Amino acid sequence: MNILSLFPAVPLVMMLGLWLSKSRRQIHTVMVAGSTVLLALAIWLVFHYLGLREAGETAQMLMTESVMWYAPLNIHYAVGVDGISVAMLLLSAIIVFTGTFASWQMQQDVKAYFLWFCLLSVGVFGFFISVDLFTMFMFYEVALIPMYLLIGVWGSGRKEYSAMKLTLMLMGGSALLLIGILGIYFGAGATTMNVQEIAALHNIPVQLQRIWFPMVFIGFGVLGALFPFHTWSPDGHASAPTAVSMLHAGVLMKLGGYGCFRVAMYLLPDAAHELSWIFIILTTISVVYGAFSACVQTDLKYINAYSSVSHCGLVLFAILMMNTTASTGAILQMLSHGLMTALFFALIGMIYGRTHTRDVRQLSGLMKVMPFLAVGYVIAGLANLGLPGLSGFVAEMTIFNGAFMNDDTFHRVVTVIACTSIVITAVYILRVVGKILYGTCENPEHLKLSDATWDERFAVICLVVAVAGLGLAPLWVSDMIRGSVSELIAHILS
Amino acid sequence: MDYTSIFPLMRAELTLTAILVLVFLYDLIAGKRGHRWFSAVTCGLLLVQVAVNLVPGPAGELFGGMFRTVPMDGVVKSVLSIGALIVCLQADRWLQREDTHHKQGEFYILTLSTLLGMYFMISAGHFLMFFIGLELASVPMACLVAFDKYRHHSAEAGAKYILCALFSSGLMLFGISFLYGTTGTLYFDDMAGRLTATPLEIMSLVFFFSGLGFKISLVPFHLWTADAYQGAPTAVTSYLSVVSKASAAFVLFTTLVKVFAPLIEQWQTLLWIVTVLSITVANLFALRQKDLKRFMAFSSISQAGYIMLAVIGGNALGMTSLVFYVLVYMAANLAVFGVLSTVEQHSGGRVSLEDYNGFYRTNPKLAVMMMLALFSLAGIPPFAGFFSKFFVFASAFKAGFYVLVFIALLNTVISLYYYLLIVKAMFITPSDEPIATFRSDVGTRISLAMCMAGVLLLGVVSAVYDGINALSFGL
Repeated sequence: MNILSLFPAVPLVMMLGLWLSKSRRQIHTVMVAGSTVLLALAIWLVFHYLGLREAGETAQMLMTESVMWYAPLNIHYAVGVDGISVAMLLLSAIIVFTGTFASWQMQQDVKAYFLWFCLLSVGVFGFFISVDLFTMFMFYEVALIPMYLLIGVWGSGRKEYSAMKLTLMLMGGSALLLIGILGIYFGAGATTMNVQEIAALHNIPVQLQRIWFPMVFIGFGVLGALFPFHTWSPDGHASAPTAVSMLHAGVLMKLGGYGCFRVAMYLLPDAAHELSWIFIILTTISVVYGAFSACVQTDLKYINAYSSVSHCGLVLFAILMMNTTASTGAILQMLSHGLMTALFFALIGMIYGRTHTRDVRQLSGLMKVMPFLAVGYVIAGLANLGLPGLSGFVAEMTIFNGAFMNDDTFHRVVTVIACTSIVITAVYILRVVGKILYGTCENPEHLKLSDATWDERFAVICLVVAVAGLGLAPLWVSDMIRGSVSELIAHILS
Repeated sequence: MDYTSIFPLMRAELTLTAILVLVFLYDLIAGKRGHRWFSAVTCGLLLVQVAVNLVPGPAGELFGGMFRTVPMDGVVKSVLSIGALIVCLQADRWLQREDTHHKQGEFYILTLSTLLGMYFMISAGHFLMFFIGLELASVPMACLVAFDKYRHHSAEAGAKYILCALFSSGLMLFGISFLYGTTGTLYFDDMAGRLTATPLEIMSLVFFFSGLGFKISLVPFHLWTADAYQGAPTAVTSYLSVVSKASAAFVLFTTLVKVFAPLIEQWQTLLWIVTVLSITVANLFALRQKDLKRFMAFSSISQAGYIMLAVIGGNALGMTSLVFYVLVYMAANLAVFGVLSTVEQHSGGRVSLEDYNGFYRTNPKLAVMMMLALFSLAGIPPFAGFFSKFFVFASAFKAGFYVLVFIALLNTVISLYYYLLIVKAMFITPSDEPIATFRSDVGTRISLAMCMAGVLLLGVVSAVYDGINALSFGL
């Protein structure tokens, strides 16, 4: 068995373990053991991958394996990784690991909660290791459906409405995606579902590409919060329980960007060139509109949800710039946004668990009450607005740098417009930080609250270390990504 | 004629007839005490029948081409038998009730007769044979629908069913007579060579199609469905929605491919319209249903529409997809009906959506099984329904029906919405008086275990699909 298959297999084993466990303690043991294994596996994979590259492996996908599954449609269970997927797997493993600790205090029906949580991670991990269109799509959908119950049962606020809206919009996207995938498969001569092989064939007629590209791009774009299909995101994030928000904003939304890049652009390059301007305009709107919307929100989760729309819009924006620098930035942004949003949602969940409100207007002076969480919040905020030394800066800098390399007027104008989001981000982040953390604590009830417990501290510290690590030493990651990105871009441009 | 070849070729029919006779004899000789074991006896015999016929027999024809069979027919017959077996397992609790206790034998005999009718319909090589099979499958079905004859709903449903069935049989017979008039033959093979797509033949194709459309309950021939499903005893409803529908869908495929191949353009247009209507109309109606049996009626109409996606291409991939879809649909749908039926029996007839509020709190296992089955019906991976839906889409896409696939895909979103409504009721919505915790009977538990095995394994393990694919044929 290929070592990559362990990534979806470990959560499956965890599900089995959860099913058998009798007590809360056992459930926690299973979760911690499993997610630690996943994290260790992901870290090992990074070193192994870099080692293979050192040793002169030049193939685009490494550690590939392909097992025939459904012969009549050439469906294989095919796995393989390149630098991008390795980075995404690491991100997912970190989020699953910290998400476990962020859910430590969960009381209601813990077993079922973690079962669905594990199924979600099966989908996420499976998606990033797949190189077969069908397998990829299958894992993609596996990742979607647990969201309904996770939000619907364990969520807060208007959870039923949000859960249904999220599920239906994402399924609508995957309906488009499915027809796009069939279009790609039959367009390329119905001989293979393997992404690399389809790309190598390069034989999909342009007029067909024009039909399938928008479908696939929008299909994945729905999950990547592409304007105007982003409306599920604020409601969904606001209603989801903490760890689910973390996983969803941190990893699941990255599936969208990853898919847009790996499937839509890579397999349908000609149409991508012709039609990119439409999506560039839409993503620019995402970036700016998301940032402005975040400014007027009063619910902490809504602020970060809109901020996610803005930042994920930036990922798609960067991919569409079609050069190596911008696309490397896009992958970096996925990592950076994944980590810092997870940190944000974790902190918001912890604050909400104490104050029972997420309304900015009712919170103030928390720095004195819960200094640990408050400092964490400040760090997440600073990473979000792109302070040098933290991950956000590296990613956004690379993206805008790459975007500006396109020397025609259209690209430069949209880049300038998108750049304004940095300023707006600063506005909403600093406003919130100032309002809820500093000043005097006006609510006497809040003065009695306690600071983070050990499990919460652990989750926060892990994420802060990752955010700072990516910010201070971005080169090893960007080197790992850049090689793979440049191959994809070279194919798209050819 | 070599009479020894009857045994291998008609193995399924002969074994089923033998079981029918045995059940009949058992009904006669078993006294009151023997009645308790009726379900076990019948299910045991059916299990033997399934086991004997699991390996498809050879291809060949009998009685001068009246009866002809290919290995694929054997596969479909086995699928239908398994469906009937599951239905019989689930029916036991209901049949043990006071007012039906004394007529258990009738239930099993009628069910097996319809099954026999379907067998002959599948293996017919001649339109008269086909028609006899169809009638044998429909008439006892009407008795089954009206089985709870002292309950107003059931009697009404039976009347509705038999009237619609007769009308559509009449139409079909009318179509067949026109076909005979224009081609001078009723043998499938001869007719295929003589059809020339004259207007009269196209009209008779439409008549023929409407007869089968009724059995599959495609829009616009679906009007009986909701009432019959709601009124009929739940075991019969599940039989109607799965076994009856599956046999008719397969027969539609084979006749369209074998007999009406010269009229392919016409029937593709026809199917295109009917498929879009079935999926869309049924989905829109299903949104508003409060009674779960009515709800499942509309769900099954829309599922029938998806099955038609496999038919429309007429290719071998389509046949594989169809049989696989039917098998998966059977597992999922029978699981849903199994839960509905056992809940109905244990809660004094509660079948509305609201009754299921808070079901997960009181009966977590049944709720989870129901949810998995609904996810499979909605086409969510990793459950089998996802795979079967993907394959029917692929087969229609292969034949070039892009727009149709697109419409069908958009409809999956609507269908997901209403399936999720049930999940929401069971898992999220709290209730003041949820269905009390109960322990279901052995038969139901076995049947649900079989269904769950199907829902979980059929997709992930590709062996069944490969087996079906090896035997499929098309244009």
